[in-house]
Amino acid sequence: MREFAARFIRSPEGVAGLVLTTCLLAMALSAPYLFPRDPLSIVGRPLLAPFADPAFPLGTDRLGRDVLAGLMHGARTSLLVGISAAVVAILAGAIVGTLAGFSSGWFDEALMRVVDAFQIVPGFLLALAFVSVMGASLPLIVLAIALGAWTGPARLARAEVLSIRERDYVAAAWVIGMHPLEIAFKEVLPNALPPVLALVSVIVAGAVLTEAALSFLGLGDPNIVTWGSMIAEGRNVLRTAPFLSIVPGLGLVAMVLGVYLLGEGLVEALARRRIRQ
Amino acid sequence: MTALVLKAEGLSKTFRSHGRIVKALDNVSLALGRGETLGLAGPSGSGKSTFARVVLRLIAPDSGRVEIDGEDWLALGGRRLRARRRHVQMVFQDPLSAFNPRATVGGVLSDPLRIHALATRNERPHLVDELLERVGLSPELARRAIHEISGGQRQRVAIARALATRPSLIVLDEAVSALDVSLRGRILELLAGIQKAEGISYIFVSHDLAAVRIISHRVAIMDEGRIVETGPTESVISNPQSATAQTLVESVPKLALRPE
Repeated sequence: MREFAARFIRSPEGVAGLVLTTCLLAMALSAPYLFPRDPLSIVGRPLLAPFADPAFPLGTDRLGRDVLAGLMHGARTSLLVGISAAVVAILAGAIVGTLAGFSSGWFDEALMRVVDAFQIVPGFLLALAFVSVMGASLPLIVLAIALGAWTGPARLARAEVLSIRERDYVAAAWVIGMHPLEIAFKEVLPNALPPVLALVSVIVAGAVLTEAALSFLGLGDPNIVTWGSMIAEGRNVLRTAPFLSIVPGLGLVAMVLGVYLLGEGLVEALARRRIRQ
Repeated sequence: MTALVLKAEGLSKTFRSHGRIVKALDNVSLALGRGETLGLAGPSGSGKSTFARVVLRLIAPDSGRVEIDGEDWLALGGRRLRARRRHVQMVFQDPLSAFNPRATVGGVLSDPLRIHALATRNERPHLVDELLERVGLSPELARRAIHEISGGQRQRVAIARALATRPSLIVLDEAVSALDVSLRGRILELLAGIQKAEGISYIFVSHDLAAVRIISHRVAIMDEGRIVETGPTESVISNPQSATAQTLVESVPKLALRPE
């Protein structure tokens, strides 16, 4: 573990990603303490420019809501949605991929055609359709995003399982009379997981962007402040007060970049270990 | 001769890969009595591993019949097959790949006890210790991970795993081929000792007649999916009839020099 940390420190992108995500995580976690009031409440004069009033360092929007409070609380939503969607997508993908790869035959075929069906529809359109039909609450948005993201993990898990199920220790599990489901989920799945986990960062980054896009189109949860809804709100006064769109936009860039770089660093550190083995 | 543990009749299996047809088993019949060891020797690709895997129900034959303890082994399925699997166990060639890389020694040995309900949860650690002692290992190893112990220790754990379900037949598929020479002798002694004490039957699959000779009562020589010669170990080795057996005997210099 210590050795792993040492290898991770040596990759500059990994460290940059770690710093960025740590800052954003700190923002997200401290938001309710630093800004205990609802970030959607009106607190000052509308359209105050940044750095003009020490009480509102990043200014206020058209309705006089604190931009900094929105930014901090928005980080919370972004991270929560991004991580939850990735967890749901990886979990669903790993289970479907393992069942498909382990069973083979018609069951495998059927499951993989379902994966195909999901994969040919663009993920964002799928999320858009799902949210407009089912309504916009946070759990449904997470589900909508996961719906378009679980196929990658499913394919990867299946490919891994196809190679692992031929190993001797799987034959040994059959020989001692283990139930096929126990073999699939206890002997095979845990060993198929590492390459699938490498997808986490890509999925989190994608989910953050999809969530922002949904909010921008007004399909997000209206009771929660998100960066996407802040950008949409600022769009109306883009010429007179561009900072209203730029500030949450920068947050989005930092989040996606940070998560992606962190993932790159982790994967690289893991790969170096595998080469040495 | 006591009752037969294994009776295989007319087993055939053909593999098709990339348009090529390989006859791995061609009308193979073998029988094995209680407490007996059958050496199954032959060059690589002769079908001996396929035979072992058919007997273990890891692959299905195209035709033929297998009886284990007098019961039609190929007709079993599902829950009944899983329950009966405890009578036929296996030790693999590579002691590392035969274990889940995440497993611990204790976990590996308590799995069969749990699956076949041979011990309650509280009794299991005690039985695991006992199994380790029977194969000459310290019970303290139970807490170690599989990747932390040596190759020789791993193969002993593999034998302990096979013994856990108190089987009537253990298939040893090149079980000592991956070990160095000094370890090989000790593992073979261990296997012979266990057989004497418990009357377990072995099928000892190997390409190495020197190892086969130490442990087997009878040998069957396979080539291209067929049994080309079978008989008591000493007579086959001292007076091989088939060309395949002659080549195998000649490939072990010591055996050829001392024909008695």
